Amino acid sequence: MEQFEIKRIIPLELFGWDISFTNASLFMVLAVVLIPLFYLFAMNRRALVPGRLQSIAELSYEFIANMIKDLVGEKGMKYFPWVFTIFMFVLALNLLGMLPYSFTVTSHIIVTFALAAMVWIGVTAIGFANHGPKFLKLFVPSGVPFWLLPVIVIIEVISYLIRPISHSVRLFANMMAGHAMFKVFAGFVVGMGLLGGWAPLVFLVGFTGFEIVVAFLQAFIFTVLTCIYLNDAVNMHEH
Amino acid sequence: MDPQAAKFIGAGLACFALIGAGIGIGNIFANYLSGALRNPSAAPGQFTNLLIGFALCEATGLFGLLIALMILFA
Repeated sequence: MEQFEIKRIIPLELFGWDISFTNASLFMVLAVVLIPLFYLFAMNRRALVPGRLQSIAELSYEFIANMIKDLVGEKGMKYFPWVFTIFMFVLALNLLGMLPYSFTVTSHIIVTFALAAMVWIGVTAIGFANHGPKFLKLFVPSGVPFWLLPVIVIIEVISYLIRPISHSVRLFANMMAGHAMFKVFAGFVVGMGLLGGWAPLVFLVGFTGFEIVVAFLQAFIFTVLTCIYLNDAVNMHEH
Repeated sequence: MDPQAAKFIGAGLACFALIGAGIGIGNIFANYLSGALRNPSAAPGQFTNLLIGFALCEATGLFGLLIALMILFA
């Protein structure tokens, strides 16, 4: 489909690798530029009674801060900047993708997989940094009869290794399925003509609202899962 | 059978994974609602858990959808 096509804007090549500046790169740069600009602008006045923009900035901060406190605890606040960056980046990409004629970067598996792999590697590194070799105890749940342990350990290791895949596929499939659905129903609007085309059009308007909710929800879920993985690394099975 | 036809049938079959996801998501929200109506004051605290359950459940269906897309386009 046309909306998922990656177009080269500035063709570049480095040691035989294609590193062109594409429309995907453009929207990622746009997100990275827009987020700090928004926060600089929103927190410019720093009023005691926040206005609308300042409220958005403060609410998003508290939202992520509370999420980390709930899921990881006070020890997790060290990683707040990282989690907050992931949330805002994914949210900005999802919402930018909702603009007509724009490009949804998160509807490409390679982008979400790179994000999820970064989270997975980071969390594993944090786990080993905090607990050392004891972090491997994560794969040995307590209270399991010893004759079951070999099976359980293998299952735990597989489920740990599969995390980046499930983490990335969830975001990718949601965004891609949503945008493909737009395309299909937009085809119905044209196909059913001037008389019948109104019904799918009304559906599309409602579905657009739903997709904006999904864009937010998937960014939220991506972050929540990051927090859950982080909880494993920071607290292991303590609670 | 024509390989092309088999491909489309396979893609259709892979979409059956979404049945389970639909049932699961319905269960999660139904149980959340029934719990929330019994004890409304405890409901907001469980909202994060609701969304986590929703996400984990939805993912299983989406894996099936992904297989269908891979059969069709990859």
